[in-house]
Amino acid sequence: MRRLLNARPRVGGRLLLGLLPILALVLLYLVIATARHTENPRDKITPIPAAMAAGIQTMAFEPDPRTGEVPLVADTKASLRRLGIAMGLAAATTLVLGLTIGLLPYVRASLGPLVAAISVIPPIAVLPILFIVFGLGETSKIVLIFVGVTPVMVRDLAGHVAAIPEEQIVKAQTLGASTWLTLLRVALPQALPRLIDSLRLSLCPAWVYLISAEAIASDVGLGYRIFLVRRYLAMDIILPYVVWISLLAVIMDLGLQAWSRTSFAWAHPPRNVR
Amino acid sequence: MSVLSFRNVWVEYGSKIVLEKVSLDVAEGAFVSIIGPSGAGKSTFLRLALGQEAPSRGEILLDGEPLSPEPGPDRGVVFQRYSVFPHMNALDNVTFGLDCAGSPLRGRLGGKARKAARETAKALLARVGLEHNFKTYPRALSGGMQQRLALAQALVTRPRILLLDEPFGALDPGVRLDMHGLITELWAEHRLTILMVTHDIKEAFKLGTRVVAFDKRRHDPQAPHRYGSTAVYDFPLDDKKSRVVPPVLAGLSAPSTPG
Repeated sequence: MRRLLNARPRVGGRLLLGLLPILALVLLYLVIATARHTENPRDKITPIPAAMAAGIQTMAFEPDPRTGEVPLVADTKASLRRLGIAMGLAAATTLVLGLTIGLLPYVRASLGPLVAAISVIPPIAVLPILFIVFGLGETSKIVLIFVGVTPVMVRDLAGHVAAIPEEQIVKAQTLGASTWLTLLRVALPQALPRLIDSLRLSLCPAWVYLISAEAIASDVGLGYRIFLVRRYLAMDIILPYVVWISLLAVIMDLGLQAWSRTSFAWAHPPRNVR
Repeated sequence: MSVLSFRNVWVEYGSKIVLEKVSLDVAEGAFVSIIGPSGAGKSTFLRLALGQEAPSRGEILLDGEPLSPEPGPDRGVVFQRYSVFPHMNALDNVTFGLDCAGSPLRGRLGGKARKAARETAKALLARVGLEHNFKTYPRALSGGMQQRLALAQALVTRPRILLLDEPFGALDPGVRLDMHGLITELWAEHRLTILMVTHDIKEAFKLGTRVVAFDKRRHDPQAPHRYGSTAVYDFPLDDKKSRVVPPVLAGLSAPSTPG
């Protein structure tokens, strides 16, 4: 009998094994929903698939009579726009600050402590300040996401750049590279795949900040919608929305991963499949 | 004429003296091996030559001019590890030096200059035996091939002096032997001046035209840090006969016992 730690599933088997718990959870939900539905056909807490399909129909395929827009499309557009602008700004800031803090001792000495201090502030705690300063519009939501993810990303990237072996930095200089060229051709290319990784990890908190900001003050957006229909216990809308948000998050993660693998193949050693 | 001169150089960290009274002239075309026990300041000596560190006393001259206190293109280097850029393929690793020299803003040559640079790099890569690996990234190269690449990369800018920091220390014996042949050939072909730090005394005597041994001349048992190392032996090797390790150095390869 082989030891358990040496027994490996085959490729097809691995896929099946991964699907199994997901299917089990879905099945469990269906059993509970059906049981509750038979007991009380007007139950709203665990809607049966038919009810959810109706909810999806109203939200995703019929225009809102008041605004003339399909709610899911309008919400998705608004949320992704906020997320996209915030993450873009965060990535650009991280690149500039992370590279310079990581590579230049003078910048590290002057900005390092500031970034470290800012990164320990809970971003939601400054949300009231953002609302006061930037108003309740788009700016405060974007700034919240930006403030929430950037300091951690900067620290991570600066650490990564600072960890580039001293030998490489010296070698670059012996090949005639100036500070600028060392930054541009040695540090930057090695920082980019790390930045993508960092973006992938930061998307999780970014969604949290986005939905929080939308829940508190907004008139459109995925977070706004689920908190709005919560008042009517509309689980038939909330659950599909949550699934949709998860789907968007997964697509973004896979997209970033694919980008890193195609553009920075050197940073992805072939994995030993265990 | 000496390329690199050390004039009464001291390196002190607070009260700890690492190097003391180092005076050394490296002649044009020489292959100087630096040996000595661990902690004898070999690496510090190389860092001085690189400009990674400045002496606390004394001066270092390159071609008669005071050495600038930071690494520059007049001194090439190959380290034991991390000498090549992991994010560039072999060809880009070698053209990097030419890119820097010709394009201070973008760091990338264009047009004819780029073509010429690539031809130069390809010729150098072929010379070190990497003609089939232009597009290969360092990760996919063996340790010996990475060091070949590092040599080609360092030679492309035609440095006045080539500094080698235990360049073959991490290689298998067979590969090391091949590398000995390669570096000797390159040294002759490019008329290089080489300063090599090594742990391997046999290697030092086999490759060098001169072997300099670093160690502490004096030892204070109460305050071992108060005496620094210096060049205690200096062997010019003019003929093949003298390339035998002298018995006086037999003990040098043993690790130093502090206190």
